[in-house]
Amino acid sequence: MPKSLFEKVWDAHAVRTLANGQTQLLIGTHLIHEVTSPQAFGMMRDLGLKVAMPHRTFATVDHIVPTDQVAEPYRDPLAQAMMDELRKSCREFGITFFDRATGKQGIVHIVGPEQGITQPGTTIACGDSHTSTHGAFGAVAFGIGTTQIRDVLATQTMALGKLKVRRIDVTGRLRPGVYAKDVILHIIRTLGVNGGTGFAYEYGGEVFDRFTMEERMTVCNMSIEGGARAGYVNPDETTFAYLKGRPYSPKDAAWNEAVARWKSFASDAGCHYDDVVTINGADIAPTVTWGINPGQGISIVEAVPDPATAKGVDEKSSIEEALAYMKLKPGAPIKGTKIDVAFIGSCTNGRLSDFQEVARFVKGRKVAAGVKAIAVPGSQIVAAQCEKLGLDKILSEAGFEWRAAGCSMCLAMNPDKLVGDQLCASSSNRNFKGRQGSPTGRTLLMSPLMVAAAAVTGAVADAREVFAVN
Amino acid sequence: MALEKITSITGRAVCVPGNDIDTDRIIPARYLKCITFDSLGEGLFYDVRKNADGTDKPHPLNEARFKGATILLSGANFGCGSSREHAPQAIQKYGFKAVVAEGFAEIFFGNCTTLGIPCAAASREDIARIAAAVEKNPATEVVIDVVKQEIRFAGQTVKATVREAARDALVNGRWDPIGELLDGVPAVKTTAAKLPYVTV
Repeated sequence: MPKSLFEKVWDAHAVRTLANGQTQLLIGTHLIHEVTSPQAFGMMRDLGLKVAMPHRTFATVDHIVPTDQVAEPYRDPLAQAMMDELRKSCREFGITFFDRATGKQGIVHIVGPEQGITQPGTTIACGDSHTSTHGAFGAVAFGIGTTQIRDVLATQTMALGKLKVRRIDVTGRLRPGVYAKDVILHIIRTLGVNGGTGFAYEYGGEVFDRFTMEERMTVCNMSIEGGARAGYVNPDETTFAYLKGRPYSPKDAAWNEAVARWKSFASDAGCHYDDVVTINGADIAPTVTWGINPGQGISIVEAVPDPATAKGVDEKSSIEEALAYMKLKPGAPIKGTKIDVAFIGSCTNGRLSDFQEVARFVKGRKVAAGVKAIAVPGSQIVAAQCEKLGLDKILSEAGFEWRAAGCSMCLAMNPDKLVGDQLCASSSNRNFKGRQGSPTGRTLLMSPLMVAAAAVTGAVADAREVFAVN
Repeated sequence: MALEKITSITGRAVCVPGNDIDTDRIIPARYLKCITFDSLGEGLFYDVRKNADGTDKPHPLNEARFKGATILLSGANFGCGSSREHAPQAIQKYGFKAVVAEGFAEIFFGNCTTLGIPCAAASREDIARIAAAVEKNPATEVVIDVVKQEIRFAGQTVKATVREAARDALVNGRWDPIGELLDGVPAVKTTAAKLPYVTV
């Protein structure tokens, strides 16, 4: 019987059925970071447990690292304590740690792929909801809580109920100036922030076939913002070309065997999907959020919704709540909304191609007066690649602060935070109330090039016009 | 490890209304800078509960009449966003033993179950009914019956769904799966042996 990638990976990793009907699922790759793992290591010590597969466990530090200070100790003693704790736990349990000194540190969802640790047909777990990113490689990747981190550390498995699979086809071609970020914001806007509950999303269609791995990662990254615990793209030649030669990729004779095995995991023609959604790529425009969840998005040419025209009381109250927080006027165009901060980075859009695209268009332009603009590479390797190409100089000359690798202003567990009710054009993934560090701070999610357009004009703008993209 | 069999939760309730209440709202990121979960209770809903100077904002959890509530009522898609277990930990450390909402985000739901916090889904109308009873008399005793999947309060009974795997885990005292997962370790080795990327 034809099977989807999700089913094949699930079946290959299912250890047994537990008493409550859930599956004990083998997690082949466990990624950890400093925020959600210290308590898990504490539980391990309390229970006297050992890490089952230290060779399949990889650590890095991303959320708390300052991007304007490389030397330790950090100014924030709590951040330093978390750093020290992770170092100590990795040493104690024999876990590979991509510490800053290795030159390979970065956001965990950028490090895994660039090291070749993220591979097709595998299961991956990490105590971070954006673990869905790794699905870009045809892996089944789950964000988990700290007690589950303990479970995976101790047994290399976790208890999980099987997900349903929704196939999302994006057909045709994207228009110029429309990016992977717009595709996922459009999908979330269309299916809703909880539309994916209980599902893994399988993304496909011509648009995904043409996408680079970095574009696929941007989309899979935000699956969780649509409520889907996992999202993936079937592995193909693009996937294999990306992985070839990476530090943890199979080598020599093992490479061909691995590619053959990886191909076998791709969804079979005619397999069963629990749901199928088709989106025409040409219908997707540069998209911007106006509200307080990632589903509250509109195209750059649309107006901010008016609660008076809402469908039903639910939508009306959610629009009202969002507009009150965002201090936006109903019915006003989103274009022209003044911004205070521009942030390019995060596990969604902090990769080489993001900075290449921005640098290509901002070269010779200047960040508008009064706008604080920061560009934060997602990893030390991304930083080095950008610096080798001189992108850091182009961005710096344009008025962006070029920072060291980390999560930065995506979630404000480090010194990069909004102040007061600043409005931030952000390439990150969440626009929740207070997300960027100020309880009244405001976030508009958009693609990196749209952030750049906002940065140089000082207001939300259509990048296609600002940079003559056509 | 013998775990408590969680068949029902009885206590007073408080309603924090709203849909899509996300994990950043439940516990702002700055409270995640910790290496134990012990003091998370004070950060629960902090930015919607407190002003910058630490004084109270109008919020149900700040009202004296709802103090001591152990059941949290809310709207749809509760707990969306991050996988941070800090969110259910903060809810538990604050003193809540169960959450009733129209629906729950997936990861949050799983995290709660693993901590022995039943997440019961009820209809909007029924949650409004419970909230109205609690509003009228905050001392109203609310019973979440996990076995019968119903909520009893002020002489009324409404339907509540606790998904099967979670219900089984709670009522049979196996909501923390570590014991069972450890029992499966020999079988894990068999599965791992068939996966080249795991064995190398």
